[in-house]
Amino acid sequence: MLRFAAIFSACLTLAFPTSAQQTDAPIQQLLQSQSELIVESSRVTIGPAIDALANSGLPAAQVVMDKWQTREMWVNAETGLFVYAEEVDGDALRIFDFADGSEIGVVPDDGFEQLKPNSGIRGLIGTALVQFQLSDTDPDTRRRALDAIERGAEESHLAALRASLAKEPDAVILARKQRLERLLTIAYGATNEERIVAIQSFDGDLGVDVRAALNPLVAVRVEAAETLPSDPDIGRSLDPGSDALPRNDAYALLVDADLAKPRISVEDQREALIANIADGQVAGIQVATLDSQTARDMAYAALADQGTVTAVATEAEVDERLSDHVFYERYIGAPPEVVAAALLALEAIENKVALNQAFDLGLDALSLASIYFLAAIGLAITFGVMGVINMAHGEFIMMGAYTGYVVQLFIPDYTLSILVAIPLAFAVTFGAGVAMERLVIRWLYHRPLETLLATFGISIALQQLAKNIFGTQARPLTAPGWLDGSLVINDIVSISYIRIAIFVLALLFLALFLFVMNRTRLGLEVRAVTQNPRMAASMGINPDKINMLTFGFGSGIAGIAGVAIGLYAKVTSEMGSDYIVQSFMTVVVGGVGNIWGTLLGATMVGFLQKGIEWFNPSNTLAAQTYMILFIILFIQFRPKGIIALKGRAAEA
Amino acid sequence: MSMKFLSTTAAAALLVSTLPALAQDVTCPIKVGVLHSLSGTMAISETTLKDTMEMLVEIQNDKGGLLGCELEAVVVDPASDWPLFAEKARELLTVQNVDVMFGSWTSVSRKSALPVLEELNGLMFYPVQYEGEESSKNVFYTGAAPNQQAIPATDYFLEELGVEKFALLGTDYVYPRTTNNILEAYLKDKGIAEEDIFVNYTPFGHSDWSKIVADVVALGADGKKVGVISTINGDANIGFYKELAAAGISADDIPVVAFSVGEEELSGLDTSNLVGHLAAWNYFQSADTPANEEWVTAWKARMGEERVTNDPMEAHYIGFNMWVNAVTAAGTTDVDAVRTAMYGQEFPNLTGGTAVMLPNHHLTKPVLIGEIQADGQFDIVSQTDPVPGDAWTDFLPESAVLKSDWKDLGCGMYNTATSTCVQIKSNY
Amino acid sequence: MTDAALPRRQPIALRFPSVMIFLAILALFTVGVTILSEGFGIGVISTSFIKTLGKTLCLCLVALAMDLVWGYCGILSLGHMAFFGLGGYAIGMWLMYARTEIIVLESLSAAPLPPTPTEVSDGIASQIFGVVGASEFPPVWAFAHSLPLQLLAVVLVPGLLALVFGWLAFRSRVTGVYLSILTQAMTLALSLHLFQNDSGLRGNNGLSGLQNIPGLSDTPQSTVSIWFFWASAVALGLGYLLCAWVVSGKFGSVIRAIRDDEARVRFLGYPVEAFKLAIFTLTAVIAGIAGALYYPQAGIINPAEIAPIASIYLAVWVAIGGRGRLYGAVIGAAFVSLVSTWFTGGQAPDINLGFYTINWVDWWTVLLGVSFVCVTLFAPKGIGGLVDILIDRKSPSRHGADLGPDQGALREQEAEK
Repeated sequence: MLRFAAIFSACLTLAFPTSAQQTDAPIQQLLQSQSELIVESSRVTIGPAIDALANSGLPAAQVVMDKWQTREMWVNAETGLFVYAEEVDGDALRIFDFADGSEIGVVPDDGFEQLKPNSGIRGLIGTALVQFQLSDTDPDTRRRALDAIERGAEESHLAALRASLAKEPDAVILARKQRLERLLTIAYGATNEERIVAIQSFDGDLGVDVRAALNPLVAVRVEAAETLPSDPDIGRSLDPGSDALPRNDAYALLVDADLAKPRISVEDQREALIANIADGQVAGIQVATLDSQTARDMAYAALADQGTVTAVATEAEVDERLSDHVFYERYIGAPPEVVAAALLALEAIENKVALNQAFDLGLDALSLASIYFLAAIGLAITFGVMGVINMAHGEFIMMGAYTGYVVQLFIPDYTLSILVAIPLAFAVTFGAGVAMERLVIRWLYHRPLETLLATFGISIALQQLAKNIFGTQARPLTAPGWLDGSLVINDIVSISYIRIAIFVLALLFLALFLFVMNRTRLGLEVRAVTQNPRMAASMGINPDKINMLTFGFGSGIAGIAGVAIGLYAKVTSEMGSDYIVQSFMTVVVGGVGNIWGTLLGATMVGFLQKGIEWFNPSNTLAAQTYMILFIILFIQFRPKGIIALKGRAAEA
Repeated sequence: MSMKFLSTTAAAALLVSTLPALAQDVTCPIKVGVLHSLSGTMAISETTLKDTMEMLVEIQNDKGGLLGCELEAVVVDPASDWPLFAEKARELLTVQNVDVMFGSWTSVSRKSALPVLEELNGLMFYPVQYEGEESSKNVFYTGAAPNQQAIPATDYFLEELGVEKFALLGTDYVYPRTTNNILEAYLKDKGIAEEDIFVNYTPFGHSDWSKIVADVVALGADGKKVGVISTINGDANIGFYKELAAAGISADDIPVVAFSVGEEELSGLDTSNLVGHLAAWNYFQSADTPANEEWVTAWKARMGEERVTNDPMEAHYIGFNMWVNAVTAAGTTDVDAVRTAMYGQEFPNLTGGTAVMLPNHHLTKPVLIGEIQADGQFDIVSQTDPVPGDAWTDFLPESAVLKSDWKDLGCGMYNTATSTCVQIKSNY
Repeated sequence: MTDAALPRRQPIALRFPSVMIFLAILALFTVGVTILSEGFGIGVISTSFIKTLGKTLCLCLVALAMDLVWGYCGILSLGHMAFFGLGGYAIGMWLMYARTEIIVLESLSAAPLPPTPTEVSDGIASQIFGVVGASEFPPVWAFAHSLPLQLLAVVLVPGLLALVFGWLAFRSRVTGVYLSILTQAMTLALSLHLFQNDSGLRGNNGLSGLQNIPGLSDTPQSTVSIWFFWASAVALGLGYLLCAWVVSGKFGSVIRAIRDDEARVRFLGYPVEAFKLAIFTLTAVIAGIAGALYYPQAGIINPAEIAPIASIYLAVWVAIGGRGRLYGAVIGAAFVSLVSTWFTGGQAPDINLGFYTINWVDWWTVLLGVSFVCVTLFAPKGIGGLVDILIDRKSPSRHGADLGPDQGALREQEAEK
């Protein structure tokens, strides 16, 4: 009957049914028996269904789990039969029968519902599939099995893994398998000796997975007793009132173990008093006088004396109970010998971890410093060398980033588009810088404060223009594929390629700056004009032209920095204002007019910020505040920055 | 003024149920105030809602307006400047004499407008998911309360993904702070130890995420499964997700669920490395219903093919249509009459099912959890039954005793322990 | 110089005719607005516009302070809006505390037991900090219960901050644009600090509902707004008198001399740092008072209000109005902030160019930015310069060399060309 119905409905929906589905195949029947759980699709309840499939011994079970995991299993909404399918286009499916893998036909997808196991269920399926996949011929499948073990290991995996070791042809996969085998041995090894050997084999290993295997072994439970027991699984003892064991927690422990009288919360006390109000009095005390905590304590004690409420511990009693007892940790994760080995291994690892973390933090700081340097280097030219306060510097960075975005609209290849975007961003912002210098800044060289205002006006106008043109949403600027991911040195020390690229770019700019300033005619003329424009003019240098080119050069570099910053963070009309104050700080702290100063300034700011973040990891905002405060104080003591210009150059 | 006001209220209260169309007491055109920032930092999110409102008003006018009147959208720009929200709200209510307002995004902008709304008895629809702990007589909250977004998402983490250790990352402002407080209390209730909850706050627009991402990875060192609950706001998400992708963190190892990341935010980055990470909302553009298809088509036809729809837009869609129905039922745009008519209003969600307006000014809505896909859309992996919004969370001791019921108790902050109304105005 | 020729006892008002004119205009304006208001008059001007006008008067006051410190003393401070904000926070704390205390006491009085002091303060704390996820009073709120102490804080907090910061900065001879950047850094640090929830001032949410004056819940805002409008007008009038007095005497001559050539003044034996510090601190106090009057009218204060950009805007107002003349600052602040309100309010008509419609909400900021540039380039005297043209004076007045503070008289002549 069911079969007829299936064929009938299939005839209705299928365009060209090539074959009919086998509804009585064992695998289909198994699925039907679990269909409620499968369709409900919740990790909490799915267990029995997966177990049934995994333990069925049916060859098709593996296919089912495979297809289910990759979201290729569909269910016919009418008949409830399961199939797997590939999407032909948006509206049609090519469906297959689980029983023999034969194609049933191409059907519209309206009558079918896709099963979407969430990542929790996918993990469980993966765990169940491990036993089938460990010795699979496809290396990818074997790798998937190892991934699954890493994510959710089970005791049964250990035996399967050991069995598969001998037959493993691929050396890399074999190494992974061996490592996993040792990790699983730590958790599930049959004998203590076996486990201890496995633990010792990981001496000094930095992998998160090793610590993840070791830490559960040294789990503790805090207990209290009158005297310290001498069992071998006792860890350190704790003082009540210390950070590790706050006073309230310690007392609660005693109360839970029935070693002390409970205390009462202020709210419960109030409730108890209210419940016992009679004729405007509580235990003979006027309600109106109960407006302080001591009065309420007395009233409650009076009630307790009458026996209407249970007596509670006073503060003195709490202290007494606490001093009567000792508090200690008991290891509950493993037998004492294993714990000892694990503790030893962990100690060695922790020391190494701390060292590597410091190194990682140093890398982060270096990367942040290079970003600040990149953002500030253009300013080091316009402000540092020429003395022009350009508040629109941040907007040049933004223009560079938007240039990158526009280029990506036209050139879909990311690598090529970045190669085009960098010179183009330089050209665009160079042009903007030259225009700005000619039209505005040139007239204000004698009035630096007004330059500040005028360029600020330009800055807000440019920001709004960017909003009007590109909209307010952030725009994507995507790095080419070879910049995805990170350079992983070990599980702790890693740095993303894009940050390395920024670091390299910063070094390149430093070199470019030094080259242009010290080795070219332009640099010579720039230095001459900066030091003494009149003298330079009388030597045949055109100061107007030099100023224009210098400003354009500084702005152009800001544009390239914009592309880099856009790649690593975001492209919005307001991205420039995030960097402007920091950039000025960097230049001022480093010392105006000296590129090495800017470099030192950026390094100091970057390392300082990361350092403060390290001390106060839960609040990044505080780090920025303290950093600025520090800079303000620093400038008090070295008003001219880290590297102060001396002599005549300082007068310029 | 006050006489007329009293009589309309009385008339509406008496006659609303029996003779809905009797009191055609409106001045044409009916004005709909739109209080969304069109410039400044919040413009990135709020301009979309302004466009949504203009579209909704247009659609309604095409249907023949309301009570025989044309609708007119009065758009002002509070420019992401919080005091301006109060100023512009007052201007809308007293100078433009709008009948209703739709507006605000951030909590602080809402708190800025609240005193003015309550003083002048205005009516505002607030469309964004928020931290709760507030109930104003003059505001209908069509976005999600914490129990309609944060709690179900955390449950999903606990039950479906088996997460045992939580990193709560947020931008340092009121919504993440309050939400994380609620979640911390909730997780402790569920038996998660305090040391298994890592909390971090970053400034608005934060871009340097490497250390925080490394910290999160390091949380896995004790063998527990780590999950990230992100209340990171706005464009700081872009840097965060880029760093996440660079660190190669797969959603199967450390899943991230975000409460402030929708289709709009994802349009700012390449999502191919983020596939599988999650977001919890009451609406996703990918919801497969005829109503949603129509809505998305209309939006794209109006705004351009590359534009996406998102959750706050749906909130305005529901809020506006409910208001239209309430006005039709009350036969007037008078605030108190409309407010009374709002309770129990039903309107179909774009995601299927029906939203109902509760006496605590919140909606019942289903909670959806979606996995990010390579095309920047979400694949809906979980959809709950409709959850009634709760103004005061049950997981913080101070607010567990509080209840909001404007219909019967006439109080938004009713202490059920002492059976008294703490205050009629809202706390701001 | 000519100062000596003047009779010594002549009141400032006569020495500065502009003071009389200004005060007269201010008085006329205040009375006029009151007559047209909803609260006390015929109701032509809406309450929201009264509030806008009241706030504008406060902005004029802080612009006056800015003019004193920049236009007269040559210190381009990008931190005066921080002082303004601190004044606002100081008064805001009392307003929030007192309002909440009334609510809490009322709700607790219904409870069966009389409240303990802890319950009251916990109640207030959870009302104020509940929205930001905390429920304990941070130490900065120690004096919030007392109006006199918080009023004192309005003056003391900005004053002390300016004193300490100014002492550090002037002592190490940080001048010119470096000082500007340093003050900007101070502002940024302060606003970042306040943005943290842990700062105890409600982080990004700031203090809100400030327009509801405790104990006056029955007084309509139309009345309260007029009170604040008057208070702001009085403060502006007094501030103007004070500033005019400061710049009129020998003190004024010294600070202008510092602006024009600091080194020369130092060689003449004046303690330049002390003068600068005095002006910096005085103007910070004026800014604090202006802020304390502004925020109860605005209704909310939050850290975004003291972000560096606010202080730059302040400098721009003064520049557009015309530096080195007190009425210039007032005109600039009033003009720019009112025009800004008009444009962002959506009332400004769109301009249709045929191929493109200029929507002022989008283009106003561009216009503002371009006008800064134009003012600095083509009209360094600002709007105040129009007055010079009107009264047919071609050369700058002896008090108001209206160019930059840095290079002194030589540059002034150059720029005149």
